[in-house]
Amino acid sequence: MFPTILFFVFSAVLLAAALGVILARNPVYSALLLVLCFFNSAVIWLLLNAEFLGIVLVLVYVGAVMVLFLFVVMMLDINLEELRKGVAGYWPLAVAVAGFVVFAIINVIVVRHLGGAALRAAPALPPGYSNTRALGEALFTRYAYPAQLAAVILLVASVAAIVLTLRRRPGVKPQDVAQQVAVNARDRVRIVKMASEKRP
Amino acid sequence: MITLTEVLTLSGLLFAIAIAGVFLNRKNIIVLLMCIELMLLAVNFNFVAFSRFLGDINGQIFVFFILTVAAAEAAIGLAILVVLFRERSSINVEDLDTLQG
Amino acid sequence: MTSMESIYLTIALAPLIAAVIAGVGGRAIGRAGAHSVTIFGVGLSFVLSAYVLKSMLVDGMPNFDGTVYTWLVSDGVTMQVGFLIDHLSALMMVVVTFVSLMVHIYTIGYMHDDAGYQRFFSYISLFTFSMLMLVMSNNFMQLFFGWEAVGVVSYLLIGFWYTRPTAILANMKAFIVNRVGDFGFVLGIAAVLHYAGSLDYSTVFAHAGTIASARLQITPTVTWSAITFSCICLFIGAMGKSAQMPLHVWLPDSMEGPTPISALIHAATMVTAGIFMVARMSPLFELSDTARSVILVIGASTALFMGLIGVVANDIKRVIAYSTLSQLGYMTVALGASAYASSIFHLMTHAFFKALLFLAAGSVIIAMHHEQDMRRMGGLRKYMPITYWTCLVGSLALIGFPGTAGFFSKDALIEAVHGSQLAGSGYAYFCVVAGVFVTALYTFRMFFMTFHGEERMDHHTRDHLHESPWVVTLPLVLLAIPSALIGWFAIRPLLFGGFFGGAIEVLPAHDVLAPMAAEFHGPAAFVLNGFAGLPFWLAAAGVGSAWLFFLKKPALADAALRRFRWVHAALVNKFGFDWFNEHVLVAGARLLGGGLWRYGDQDLIDGGMVNGSARAVGWVSSVMRYAQSGYLYHYAFAMILGLASLLMWLIWRT
Repeated sequence: MFPTILFFVFSAVLLAAALGVILARNPVYSALLLVLCFFNSAVIWLLLNAEFLGIVLVLVYVGAVMVLFLFVVMMLDINLEELRKGVAGYWPLAVAVAGFVVFAIINVIVVRHLGGAALRAAPALPPGYSNTRALGEALFTRYAYPAQLAAVILLVASVAAIVLTLRRRPGVKPQDVAQQVAVNARDRVRIVKMASEKRP
Repeated sequence: MITLTEVLTLSGLLFAIAIAGVFLNRKNIIVLLMCIELMLLAVNFNFVAFSRFLGDINGQIFVFFILTVAAAEAAIGLAILVVLFRERSSINVEDLDTLQG
Repeated sequence: MTSMESIYLTIALAPLIAAVIAGVGGRAIGRAGAHSVTIFGVGLSFVLSAYVLKSMLVDGMPNFDGTVYTWLVSDGVTMQVGFLIDHLSALMMVVVTFVSLMVHIYTIGYMHDDAGYQRFFSYISLFTFSMLMLVMSNNFMQLFFGWEAVGVVSYLLIGFWYTRPTAILANMKAFIVNRVGDFGFVLGIAAVLHYAGSLDYSTVFAHAGTIASARLQITPTVTWSAITFSCICLFIGAMGKSAQMPLHVWLPDSMEGPTPISALIHAATMVTAGIFMVARMSPLFELSDTARSVILVIGASTALFMGLIGVVANDIKRVIAYSTLSQLGYMTVALGASAYASSIFHLMTHAFFKALLFLAAGSVIIAMHHEQDMRRMGGLRKYMPITYWTCLVGSLALIGFPGTAGFFSKDALIEAVHGSQLAGSGYAYFCVVAGVFVTALYTFRMFFMTFHGEERMDHHTRDHLHESPWVVTLPLVLLAIPSALIGWFAIRPLLFGGFFGGAIEVLPAHDVLAPMAAEFHGPAAFVLNGFAGLPFWLAAAGVGSAWLFFLKKPALADAALRRFRWVHAALVNKFGFDWFNEHVLVAGARLLGGGLWRYGDQDLIDGGMVNGSARAVGWVSSVMRYAQSGYLYHYAFAMILGLASLLMWLIWRT
């Protein structure tokens, strides 16, 4: 009973925070509310016995991605008034489309019971069950190669992000270490032989 | 106990809110990216819920990958945004009609 | 290749090679070279043809039917070059090469001063080749090749003097009118191919029975007899080539060409190709009474009415041209009456005496310095004795004076028509008998106006009148001999002796010549009978009328003219065929073409389909352009809409 109450509470907060994300005037608020969303989601996932993913969500998303969002939002000098203009007129369309999606999903889940195979209760977990262990066993055996691919994707993404944002300004004089190491004496010193001169 | 129906309904609502957000914040590309994160979150909810209620760990593996791709997407998306802002001094979507050709 | 086969090949190819030499190398070999090489080529063909005929008649050489070259095989249809040499084609070969040789020699004199001398020789030699290919063919494909080739040469030669607008119009007219006929001809060949599955004569004739029993489905309830359809289509081709009404209009205008051409192509040989073709197809035509009735009626109408026009024509060549039309009508009538042998007999005698008449007319024209109007001639007898006498022989043969070649063929022909039981034979008999009177009238009108009476030419011309050189008169004499005499020798074998053997097939029920054979007691008796027959007295009356109206009392002619002005008007206007063609067919075609151009081409194709499709693409793109805003949220919205639609479909599918 207690987990159910927790679920509803956190669900309510989650939905409210999500609404806040899309309705907030300031992107900074949106980002912060999104962080709230992720926290609530992590709690609900914990309730669903997905402990590892819940922690990952907090660590990766809240710790890295959302910080990145906030960072960008704050770094860029965004004219918020400009962005808000003319948006209000779109809310009926937004409500209509969202309403349709909700209707369709509810129709499938509630009215049709997922085509008759609705699962009322989660199966009991075996004693000594560890979500992290189970996940690790699957990830490093059957999904070893996909895991490697995911790692490569992340690497490529970080390389791409760096390449995209790297800026070479004219007039900057950086050190070229390779050139410094490769230099030898003859490039720097010229020895000139000449006849000695008499002191006047 | 929490039922599957409740979790799926929650994820559906979250998804619908995200879609509505796309419409409402159509000019602000940062919030658009956030809405996309919300949608992915809703999808992840589904995976987690089905994984739990079917007793199958593979669903959570998918969530893992989705998180990976979403992180990559957010990183690149934001990088593009930074470059874009540098070029145009604006993140207003209405200024970004280069695709029109 | 057997020796005979190489002879046949030589006969056909010698004129072609000569034509190529004279045409391509004309400038190099000069005038004398051009006429030498072509006369040698045609002369060789003539000698070999005569040898072939002699071998067949005297030595009893069997028929030859063989392929010399296979052009292509497509879907079971073989197109090849082959020769069918039997008595019919051998006779045609001799006639064609003989007349052609005479015309070649004659041309030396006639075209003496012309700039296109070598070109002319090349053309007539090419014509000889084409005509030989036509008559020697053993299949429809080659027949059609020869058919079109002679048409092309005819076109080239009518327009030989291509700086004259009238000549250009005339050759265009000839070509177009022949296209109408050829359309039918091609349809006929296609029908034959469809039903017989082959283009070879022998195969087709072997399948004649199959074609006769086949029906052509026009609508679910209407069917036509396949054989009648094929035969009438083939005959339409013959109508074009042999100038039968109503496709005759090109022949009088073809007189724009040089006179030797009128003699060779438009009198003696090419125009008889249609007659030859129908005779060759006799196994098919025998099976369709309807087709032969059509032939009979058209031939009879042509024979009488074209002769009538000849009475009022003033151009000496046109008179002979109308006479040619009329005589072609006679031959056609004989075909309709199943008297194919009689038709070919008349074709042969006509080739001789009509070529003679044309060449004689040409001789007169040379003497008159290319004046062709008979109203400016007269009294030429004492200036041109050889031309006069040969022309007299030709005229007598044309009107069928007993003893001449024309008498034998025409009298037998009229008798054959008299014996025919086919629908329309009564009308045909009336036409051919009346035609005898008309023939005599216009022939001797021409003769008297040219050679007798007062001299109506100007002084300058009269002072220079003289007989033509020997190259002109020699062919006249050589043609006059067969014109006068050939009937005596040819009538018995050709008409009653089974000369053609299997080449011409006549069903016993249609054989109009058989009863005549029973009553035939030799040519002398035939001639004596001829003096007592109706045609002779009609011809005599015609000559008498011509003498009275145009020589003795020209005033009478004028009076008759005033009395029957409307008749005269109808004749001068050639029964309005030209008017009809020009104002109804041509104008209609132009109107249709203009309409199609304006609405079909400009509006529908150019405006609607070409520019219209471009405009439609432009309009669609102008609409689609709104979809490509370049705004991310538009694309996102489209994606979401698509997602929603997919969702909807998934939900309500089950």
